[in-house]
Amino acid sequence: MKHWLLPVLLLCFSSATAEEFNTLRPQQSNVTFVSKQMGVPVAGSFNKFSADISVNPAKPETGSARVSIDLNSMDAGSAEANEELGGRSWFNSKQHPVARFVSSRVTRLGDERYEALGNMTIKGKTLPVKAPFTLKRVGGAVVVDGAFAIKRLDYGIGTGIWADTSVVADEVKITFHFTVGKPR
Amino acid sequence: MAERYTHTAILLHWLIALLIFTAFPLGVYMHELPFSPDKLRLYSWHKWIGVSLFLLAIVRLTWRTTHRPPALPDAMANWEKLAAHAVHFSLYVLIIIIPLSGWLMSSAKGVQTVWLGVLPLPDLLNKNKELGDLLKEVHEILNFMMLGLILAHVGAALKHHFIERDNILSRMLPMLRKKS
Repeated sequence: MKHWLLPVLLLCFSSATAEEFNTLRPQQSNVTFVSKQMGVPVAGSFNKFSADISVNPAKPETGSARVSIDLNSMDAGSAEANEELGGRSWFNSKQHPVARFVSSRVTRLGDERYEALGNMTIKGKTLPVKAPFTLKRVGGAVVVDGAFAIKRLDYGIGTGIWADTSVVADEVKITFHFTVGKPR
Repeated sequence: MAERYTHTAILLHWLIALLIFTAFPLGVYMHELPFSPDKLRLYSWHKWIGVSLFLLAIVRLTWRTTHRPPALPDAMANWEKLAAHAVHFSLYVLIIIIPLSGWLMSSAKGVQTVWLGVLPLPDLLNKNKELGDLLKEVHEILNFMMLGLILAHVGAALKHHFIERDNILSRMLPMLRKKS
């Protein structure tokens, strides 16, 4: 075998996977949520998270995602809410500092619209979720935008006096915006 | 000359008084509470009362500009009349700007006001912690100014009724007239 063949082969091989986007750009990504308190939508965000996302815009169905959210980085809108949310009846984030989503399958819903099926683990409880999202090429990256709702009580978030859903609604809407580039 | 306020003015006066006497102690009590569902509930109720009060205050001011109240008794000294008008004017201003300051505070603190949990009011300010804290101070100071004025207002009404024995209180509380 000629000594130049191996690099050429490697080049061919890597160009086949060149459409794979797998490097999260944290500065251009965010994970936010909206809960309802006494009928009032209250927005919050997670300031620290990591996401291993791998997506090929030509074949999104082969994509996968593993998102880890640092629950201690949660901003629920006010200092006293943030303090409360770390406590046992809420996230118990000393014992369960990370919430995790791991995708198992991606299906196509329509033009640029897909759905990731996967498992969500919060506070030691794992439940299946469906997260619809859109996929767009923006410059040299792929932007994944989606939202889904979870029921907080299914995960035991906000128990005891907080279980009253007439004050804090059961449903919490989670919105994600990930910008995924190619490795540099 | 009219001996008393109109039924509408009387109704609005006492309704607003009732709401003030509910919202004020609620406000003083709730903000000391530890973060809890009760606290969130009371805050919402306080805001609902405030919005209701604001709407009633607008109706009342509109009514006031189109319906002249009965004149003050001739026996009153000029400074007394002046003081009465000044207190009334200040209270009218406060029942408008106090709910307004609460609404703005809520917006600045990043919590939209949703009247009765159903009707969302627009957020007139963006979330801004410093501005929210400032508006909290403003809301508090205005309320304690109102408390002082209400004490003067009630004290004067009682003085007129029990010492001067004139019609000042009965023109806003006609049932008193029948008794005497």
